[in-house]
This record gives sequence, C-alpha cells and structure tokens, in this order.
Amino acid sequence: MYVVIAGAGKVGWNLARELIGKGHEVTLLENNRRRYLTIEEELEHAVQYGDASELWVLERGGIQRADLVIAVTGDDEDNLLICQIAREKYLCERIIARVNNPRNLQWFKLLGIQPAVSATDLILRLIEHEVPSYGLVHLLDLPAEQLEIIEVEVAAGAPAAGKSVEQIDLPEGSLIISVLRGGKGFVPKADTVVEAGDEVLLVLDPGLEEAITKQFAPDGLGPSG
Amino acid sequence: MFVLIVGAGRVGSTIARLALAAGHEVSVLDEDPLSHERLDEGQTTSWEDAGGRFTVGHAIEIEALEEAGINEADVFIASTNGDNTNLVIAQIAQRKFEVDRVIVRVMDPARASWYSHQGLHTICPTSAAIAEFKTALEIA
Repeated sequence: MYVVIAGAGKVGWNLARELIGKGHEVTLLENNRRRYLTIEEELEHAVQYGDASELWVLERGGIQRADLVIAVTGDDEDNLLICQIAREKYLCERIIARVNNPRNLQWFKLLGIQPAVSATDLILRLIEHEVPSYGLVHLLDLPAEQLEIIEVEVAAGAPAAGKSVEQIDLPEGSLIISVLRGGKGFVPKADTVVEAGDEVLLVLDPGLEEAITKQFAPDGLGPSG
Repeated sequence: MFVLIVGAGRVGSTIARLALAAGHEVSVLDEDPLSHERLDEGQTTSWEDAGGRFTVGHAIEIEALEEAGINEADVFIASTNGDNTNLVIAQIAQRKFEVDRVIVRVMDPARASWYSHQGLHTICPTSAAIAEFKTALEIA
C-alpha cells in the first residue's frame, strides 16, 4: 500500500515508522525545516519537506497514486483541506483525518471527511469503557458502511440475563459477536448462556441502540429509563 | 444587503468600510481585538457609531459566526490571512448556513483555481499581482 502522511509531529512520525515497518511505502510531508531535517536522518527519502496543503507538494509526494492519505497536522483546517483535496481532486479513495479540537468534528462531517479521529474523543470512550454505567459504549463507528460495534454490560435482572444467545430478543440487524466474562473474551454459540455481569459486544446497524439496551439494562429500560 | 466579513486585515477592513459607506449592513469578525483599529482608521466616527458591527472570535467557531450574524448574512467574505481557514469557513457558510453569495480570498493560485472550479467564488491576489507585473514588464 502507498501511504501519504501530512504532518510529521509525534503522530505522523510514529505512524510512518510503523507503516514502513509493516512493509508499506510511505511518504511523510513536513513543513518545518528543522523538524524535517531531524526526521530525514532516520527516514531518509521517505520524508519530504514542504507545505502539504500546496498542490505541488502533494503531487511531488506522489498523491496521485496514494492508496491512503492521512492528515495529522496540528491544524484542523489544514487536515480538512488536505483530505478534501486528496479525495476530490486526486480521487484517493481512503483518507483519515485527525481532529485536534473536537469542536471541529462537525465541520469534518459537514464536508464529508470521514473517518475523522479525535484523541479527546478516543480518551472519552476509554473513560466510558473503564467506568461502566448502564449506557453502552461505542467501540467502532463506520458511518459509510452503516455499521457500529458497541459494548454493553448485562445488568442483574435484565431481560437477557440467564438467557442463551438465541433466546435473547435482539432486533433484526444486530448480532452478538463476543462475550467478555471474568476478564476473558470468547465468541458465543447460539446456546451460550449470557450471565449478569458479562460484557457483550454487538455489531449492529446504526439506530438499534435503544432496542438493544432494553435487553441488557436492569429493568428492561434504556439508559434514560 | 447584510455583508459578513471574516478577517479584518488590510483587505477585509477596507472592504468593510467601503461596503458600509455604500449603504450596506456590515459585520466584521476577527480574532484579534486590535484589528478593530483598522476599521476606525481615517474615519471621523468610530466603526460602531458609523453603524458597523464588530465581533471578536475565531473564524471557525460556530458561536462566533452566529454572534457575528451569519444566519442573516446575504454575503460572506472570507479574508483571514490563512488560505485553508478561508476555504473551510467559506464552505461552512455555503453548506451549513446557506449564505447566498460567498467570496473567498485564496493567496495560492493553484488552490484558488481548483476551488473556483468546484463552485466557490475565489479571489486570488497573487494572480492579480502577477498579471500587473506582466503588464508592467510588457510581457504577454
């Protein structure tokens, strides 16, 4: 895979290093001369000097043949524009944008730049994951593919507690893909019994969260109930 | 007309004064409070007394845009000193707030040209300067 990465901060540099280690071809673009020279000592020709929001810099970096463009500069407007140009001008099918200020996430969505990754959001999700309430945790959202993976804890007295997977009244378009019990995860079969205290991972079509939560919340009510 | 100008540098502030003098409603948004001085420059009355509006805030913040009146704007001018900021806020004005006329300053001729093909009204001072130099040098 050929990957163009805009921005050689900590994220960009480490991404480049990891991807090169996995055998991918990478070009990293960095606008700061001193930063570029430091990184060039390690990555050599895989890093290029220039402003990645300039078209000629992108073209010199080989954006025309990129399979993936990742924009991880410290500036949200730059990341947005680089991804928009990559997709709409150079017809790159896969883009990933970093959102520095989560309040700007709405603009990435407005202009169709997905996925947009915000470290703040990721940490918030981890907090939700580590401090479970009877809400559900979104582990993965794939809006373009219309799929989500969520995690939900089985409450004592929930409709699903003590039932086998096939008995649980789940809406069409959802599936239990894993059960976490006592710190270990396993893939359940149709006759696996789900117990109170288990954490259940489900894959689902967006919009089914409420119907699913009902099966796992204490009295069959959603988090708002 | 209600004209919202984001970025009160030399260009933005001058256009703001001209538009106000021409009888339009004008609101200016800039993150630097000092940029207000450029609006008062050479005027006998202050910008506000002359009927202008001024909001301090960052161009990409939705609250700042709303406070500056983007919901009522007929014309949106993006004239901050950042090309990418201008291109992003111009598209926000167009797609989210559905402002009728959006005009955006882009210093880089390549991006100005590509985004103008995408339907944005771009103005490129660099291209204008190049054209003037060509005329001055009498080269075709």
